[in-house]
Amino acid sequence: MSFDEIYNIALMQGFAGLSLFSVLLLMGLGLAIIFGQMGVINMAHGEFMTIGAYTIFMFSSLTETYAPGLMQAYFPVAILAAFVIAFGFGWLTEWALIRHLYKRPLDTLLATWGLSLGMQQVFRSTFGPKEVSPTLPDWLMGSWSPSEGLDIPINGLFVLALTLLVTGGVLLALYKSRWGLRVRATVANRAMANATGINTKRTDRLTYAIGCGIAGVAGAAFTTIGSTGPTSGSLYIVDAFLVVTFGGAGSLLGTVASAFGIAQTQSISEFFMTGSMAKVLTLLLIVTILMIRPQGLFASKIRR
Amino acid sequence: MADNKDTIPAPLTSEQRRKVLLGMAAAPALMVPGVSFGNAQFPTAKVNTTKLAVTDTEVIVGQLHSATGTMAISETGSIQAEQLAIDQINAMGGILGRKIKVIKEDGASDWPTFAEKSKKLLVNDKVACVFGCWTSASRKAVLPVFEKENGLLYYPTFYEGLEQSKNVIYTGQEATQQIIWGLDWASKEKKAKTYFLIGSDYIWPRTSMKIARKHIESVGKLGSVVGEEYYPLGHTNFNSLINKIKVAKPDCIFAAVVGGSNVAFYKQLKAAGITGAKQFLLTLSVTEDEMLGVGGENFAGFYSSMKYFQSLDNANNKAFVEAFKKAYGPKSVIGDVTQAGYLGPWLWKAAVEKAGSFDVDKVVAASPGIELKTAPEGYVKLHENHHLWSKARIAQGQPDGTFKVVAESAELIEPNPFPKGYQ
Repeated sequence: MSFDEIYNIALMQGFAGLSLFSVLLLMGLGLAIIFGQMGVINMAHGEFMTIGAYTIFMFSSLTETYAPGLMQAYFPVAILAAFVIAFGFGWLTEWALIRHLYKRPLDTLLATWGLSLGMQQVFRSTFGPKEVSPTLPDWLMGSWSPSEGLDIPINGLFVLALTLLVTGGVLLALYKSRWGLRVRATVANRAMANATGINTKRTDRLTYAIGCGIAGVAGAAFTTIGSTGPTSGSLYIVDAFLVVTFGGAGSLLGTVASAFGIAQTQSISEFFMTGSMAKVLTLLLIVTILMIRPQGLFASKIRR
Repeated sequence: MADNKDTIPAPLTSEQRRKVLLGMAAAPALMVPGVSFGNAQFPTAKVNTTKLAVTDTEVIVGQLHSATGTMAISETGSIQAEQLAIDQINAMGGILGRKIKVIKEDGASDWPTFAEKSKKLLVNDKVACVFGCWTSASRKAVLPVFEKENGLLYYPTFYEGLEQSKNVIYTGQEATQQIIWGLDWASKEKKAKTYFLIGSDYIWPRTSMKIARKHIESVGKLGSVVGEEYYPLGHTNFNSLINKIKVAKPDCIFAAVVGGSNVAFYKQLKAAGITGAKQFLLTLSVTEDEMLGVGGENFAGFYSSMKYFQSLDNANNKAFVEAFKKAYGPKSVIGDVTQAGYLGPWLWKAAVEKAGSFDVDKVVAASPGIELKTAPEGYVKLHENHHLWSKARIAQGQPDGTFKVVAESAELIEPNPFPKGYQ
């Protein structure tokens, strides 16, 4: 094997790690807001991702039938729609279910798990049990090949760009906007935040809905990588909790760092050993680190 | 998700149905004369000596698949095809003058549930036979129940072989009819010398790849295996694996990835520049059903080894495809296992009629040698070892999601679930 080939493989392997990083971060981000900031154990997170994925599928089918000329352009619009629809459902869920359970965080686990089972059945009844794939625009498929033997997946680049955009947006909103200020105040001390005139109920609802909306975007982005079925959400939920818990609940930077660490460990070890062993190694590392630092990589500084 | 089973209302209704039927069976004298007129030739006391759920007008069979859970994607086609065959048989007047009635149970993609439900069907409902199971894991779970209760199972999926039971009729192909024939074709037609084996991490892919490795390295002497990898069910990130493939540069990627992983695998192969034009890939796990999720553009140019493809050009198949689409919509597709599922009720009908009885022992005894000239895949015949003689075929995926058959075994291949040299 020549030096060129080794160089190309190393580059592609590096990108594989980055690509996994963006996937993990995107799926953990919505949860980091809901679980990390609000303390709600949202077991239905995966299903909100599935809502986003099905939105893309619906847009693709409708565009294909009614406006085939727009096939190259529907995707960005559909992603926005995925956010809006998941946001709407999140808003509704918070109003109907979650707001009654803030004082019983463990019960949110049961309630949202029930919700996830219900949503799975709704998906199954509406879209059928078979997995579906939207028809993607041509510019999202194939690989970008800057030189011979070097192929960078375009869908990976797309997910990476989208992840950077969403993460940047969330960080900016949380630390620079009025909403972010209210969220952080509510997290730090709900009673005091109430006393200073912050409508914490409204803040909660908006926060939960934004978390769900981001899950929708994540689900939408993943249609470029995998397929969508009624139970797709359950594939993501474990990884999403893993990323958030390992990073330290309550810290967005922690989520970013943890997604990066897990992705690189997983991706590099996968190259040198079998897939299952790589997963074992990654999980062992995570467990060991969590035993030493139960609060996760980055813990928020709150007086307890 | 064992909890799913609580949501299925079927047990209650079938319990009631059974009581009604038992009542009917116990009081044939009360029935209006003439109802049992059609069965003068086959009186119930004669065709049913083992207390199965058979009356003068009806015979009850069971259907046991996953209608919910992760396997529902694959098993739905089998459920539909079996129902279609049963409906067609009923429209023709049923079996021995009796209409077939189906009790549907849901295995919910959970193997212990499969065992529980099979016991319910055999012990409580006394069904005459069961059409069901899909994964090898579910078949292994119900096998002891069927053997203990002396039930009869028609199993539709292609599988790894190394099994034979008096109580199971295997309507799919076993390893020699799919894996070994496919590899020989790859070696002969595509001149493949180096093979990279990839599968999902459970019994079927692991055993299949074990057989494939034996065949490539020692028995068939086709060449060498340059990589063997398994990934958990539901794994969706294959970028590192793809880089490993690029390092190994195999002549042939031999794949048995199933479920949601399948879709991710082909999408990412395409995104990494590994397409049908550049790389030869042969799979055991992509049928028309999987193609819906994978997408034709991602699989175009790759090859699949099956015994049936929807595009097969024969009169039986045309009639079957038409009937299937009429029943389940023009967009529905038919994969290999769906067709094998369709064979089950017809094979059972032929065996019952040959035996002149619904008794499991007599039906089993009558089964070897049964032929189906109307099978959509062509002609099939049931071997003494309870597997089907059938042809093997290779087809190439097209960008529109259909398959083009490129090779077909000249003769029917004799099923051999215990091939020598592969244990």
